[in-house]
Amino acid sequence: MIDLTPATIPPKAARTSLIVRLLKTPIGLASIVFLTLLVLSAIFAPLLTPIDPNQASLQNILGPPSEGHPLGFDSAGRDVFSRLLYAGRFSLAGGLLALIIAAIIGVTGGLLAGYYRGWFDSVSSWFAGLLMALPAMVVLLAARAVLGPSMWLSMAIFGVILSPAFFRLVYASVTAVRDELYVDAARVSGLSDGSIIGRHILTVVRAPVIIQSAMILGIAIAIQAGLDFLGLGDMTIPTWGTMLNDGFVNIYKAPLLILWPSLVLALTCMALTLLASTMRDTLERSGTKPKKLKQRPTAGIDPDKVPAVTHDEDHRTAARTGEVLLDISDLSIGYAQPDGSTKTVVHDVSLTVRRGEVHGLIGESGSGKTQTAWSIMRLLPEGGHVTNGAIVFEGKGLAHATEKEMTKIRGRKIAYIPQEPMSNLDASFTIGSQMVEPMRVCLGLSKKAATERALELLSHVGIPNPKRTFAAYPHEVSGGMAQRVLIAGAISCEPDLLIADEPTTALDVTVQAEILELLRRLQDELNMGVILVTHNFGVVADLCDRVSVMRHGRIIETGPVRAIFNSARHPYTQSLLSAILEEGNARGELAPVPPQTTTQGVQS
Amino acid sequence: MFGFILRRLVSGVVLLLVISVLAYTLLYVGGGNIARRILGQSATEETVAQKTAELGLDQPIIVQYFDWLSRALTGDLGTSWFTGQPVTEGISSRLAVTLSIVIGATIITAIVSVILGVWAAVHGGWVDKVVQGISILGFAIPGFLIALGLVTFFALNLKWFKPTGYVPFAVSPTEWLASVTLPIIALSIGCIAGVTQQVRGSVVDALHRDYVRTLRSRGLSHNRVVYKHVLRNAGGPALAILAVQFVGLLGGAIIVEQIFAIPGLGQVAVIATSQGDIPMVMGLVVATAAIVVIVNLLIDLLQGWLNPKVRLA
Repeated sequence: MIDLTPATIPPKAARTSLIVRLLKTPIGLASIVFLTLLVLSAIFAPLLTPIDPNQASLQNILGPPSEGHPLGFDSAGRDVFSRLLYAGRFSLAGGLLALIIAAIIGVTGGLLAGYYRGWFDSVSSWFAGLLMALPAMVVLLAARAVLGPSMWLSMAIFGVILSPAFFRLVYASVTAVRDELYVDAARVSGLSDGSIIGRHILTVVRAPVIIQSAMILGIAIAIQAGLDFLGLGDMTIPTWGTMLNDGFVNIYKAPLLILWPSLVLALTCMALTLLASTMRDTLERSGTKPKKLKQRPTAGIDPDKVPAVTHDEDHRTAARTGEVLLDISDLSIGYAQPDGSTKTVVHDVSLTVRRGEVHGLIGESGSGKTQTAWSIMRLLPEGGHVTNGAIVFEGKGLAHATEKEMTKIRGRKIAYIPQEPMSNLDASFTIGSQMVEPMRVCLGLSKKAATERALELLSHVGIPNPKRTFAAYPHEVSGGMAQRVLIAGAISCEPDLLIADEPTTALDVTVQAEILELLRRLQDELNMGVILVTHNFGVVADLCDRVSVMRHGRIIETGPVRAIFNSARHPYTQSLLSAILEEGNARGELAPVPPQTTTQGVQS
Repeated sequence: MFGFILRRLVSGVVLLLVISVLAYTLLYVGGGNIARRILGQSATEETVAQKTAELGLDQPIIVQYFDWLSRALTGDLGTSWFTGQPVTEGISSRLAVTLSIVIGATIITAIVSVILGVWAAVHGGWVDKVVQGISILGFAIPGFLIALGLVTFFALNLKWFKPTGYVPFAVSPTEWLASVTLPIIALSIGCIAGVTQQVRGSVVDALHRDYVRTLRSRGLSHNRVVYKHVLRNAGGPALAILAVQFVGLLGGAIIVEQIFAIPGLGQVAVIATSQGDIPMVMGLVVATAAIVVIVNLLIDLLQGWLNPKVRLA
């Protein structure tokens, strides 16, 4: 069985007329037209052919097409065209029976198990697993051995076997929404469980269930035909499967006989599957459209499209720092859109970082600071690219450097510390191997030398038991530990420039202070230039020499950190600063805590 | 890791027991009629009663089941009502044939779908569209129609292969290969379609993980990250769907064996079913369930090896 379950379908999308939108796609239209014709031809079979599908005649056995018999005769001298039409009735009805039973059991079970949880949940999940453990064909054969060749019974049993397909789908959707706020609100406001399920939950599962139904119907029709093809079905009723059986037995004598039922069966299954996948695509597309419209930059005047407020150089800072490492000028970053246009997310950003200098990039989420950071390493997500401007690092242009050149610079010259420590370690490899691998590639160290260096680095970033952490998997260490590991990895090749993307945001407050202290120490030891992306002015005050404030993809104010704190001129910077002052002690001096004493050990 | 294996093993045995109880009850619940069905309508009441007692069908169903179970545990699954052949022998003599095509199809599926799925996910664009389109079609068309098409085209028209028949590996490895090629292809196509979709999906998913960027920021090339880290992480979901597909392959083999006249479990199953040979059917159900349990266990072990987190579950 295949799982074409739609990933996430927004509930609203199901409300607009699905049929209308399906008819606008060529595949959807073709599938619907074919299936409609098929159903009509089955229903009105008596009008389309006057011949009884079971009327046999000895002189017509395997007879060729003739007047009134466009497709000839089968091995019992029955009219093939008439049988094909009448077979549609039984094959479709059998498939529908299986579908209805699967849907009733699966949807009800999924709703109850997902909504009420408890024992019903575990029992029904276990049963769903049980039903998936045996091939349907084997169960159907066993049932046939006891119950005899009844198509309706077989299809009813197959419906039960298929019910987990609906159960799992509905169960997943229900558990996803049952804790949503609007369902909670409905519960608190006194709505009964029945009406919550009816009004809020059924609407969510409706679209996925319809899509799954098309798939299931195709599977049921196919397996029914398979059973009849084996000669185990009810031979007294015409179905596509019995016709296939007859055609296969006589494949040498009348090769065309097998063609017609094969064709109808294949087209039916294809139409149903294509319909399901088109429905899914249509719903997914309509689900993302409104979001894109919202993201599109608003027309008119951009209030930030003015030169950034630039403060004078501070001689105290300049004296401590060295030559210019990184010089970004007029950098713009854009993303290619499906319609061929480019959406610009960062506009005309200019900034410099000197050796030994910490440059803070501050702004709210979505202000473009992380995009700017990634573009320096040329590691923007798919579709993102530098549309304008230059990134010059140690005299070399990076904006349009080849991937090969960038691979040589990454790690060795420019390193990166991510925001969320856990998701940035590969859970399938030990921490040690994730540190050793880049060192072997970048520094050309032997495995032994790289291992030794990794252990040294781990101890250097304040990990109490480096050997244990080296051998551990990421899920076995705490978040603060993982961030230390990532920092150790970032500095392993002694880079000149370190890009830290909100390195403390995901951590506990006490751990934050330790990590900042560690960064300050390492920056000092290695005399690196640092770009520190953050949304926290406390971090800026603690660590940075220079700061640039970003909003809506632009730098609006930039200068030495003292100048910004003492005389911010842009109203946005002023409001950010006053916001942290209201928060209270965010700017207070962070007590330097030796990392060794308070670190959390490796969890066992 | 040992605890993980043990838990999986216990749950597999429990599943097998539950299936055997359910199957036995459903198959044997028709007590009195069974003897009548074997002997035919002309048999007297007396001979029917005698036959019923002979088969042990006059006992309460629970007694019958435990009798069956205690003998099954020693490897004796009873005897066929029609041929008098021991069920265990009837199944084991055919098992290798069926397993060779099912395992062959599983291996082909795994290889082809990993190649197609990774290609579609990493390359994107038109490759992705073509692979997705083909896999939807490959899934949509019922497997036995594909088998029929292959027989007609490659065996009857082009005469590249013999349309039917099976040559044991021990007799002639090359002829064996020729005799299983079409059946394996026929079985694989639907499976490949399903697994390719899953591989593509999980590779796309893994490619967007944060650690991919971080590893690349350390100076590892895109290919190295994809083929070492992304593949391993995408392997888990792909294996899970392969396990599901394997169950489907066992069912599909029944029909495909019929089309290619391969003397495997499928033939035994079809004959036993049409005769109403209950002990044989029961044996087949249990044997199939056992194969599924063993394969799931193997896949779980692979999962544990691929993803250390699974070992905790």
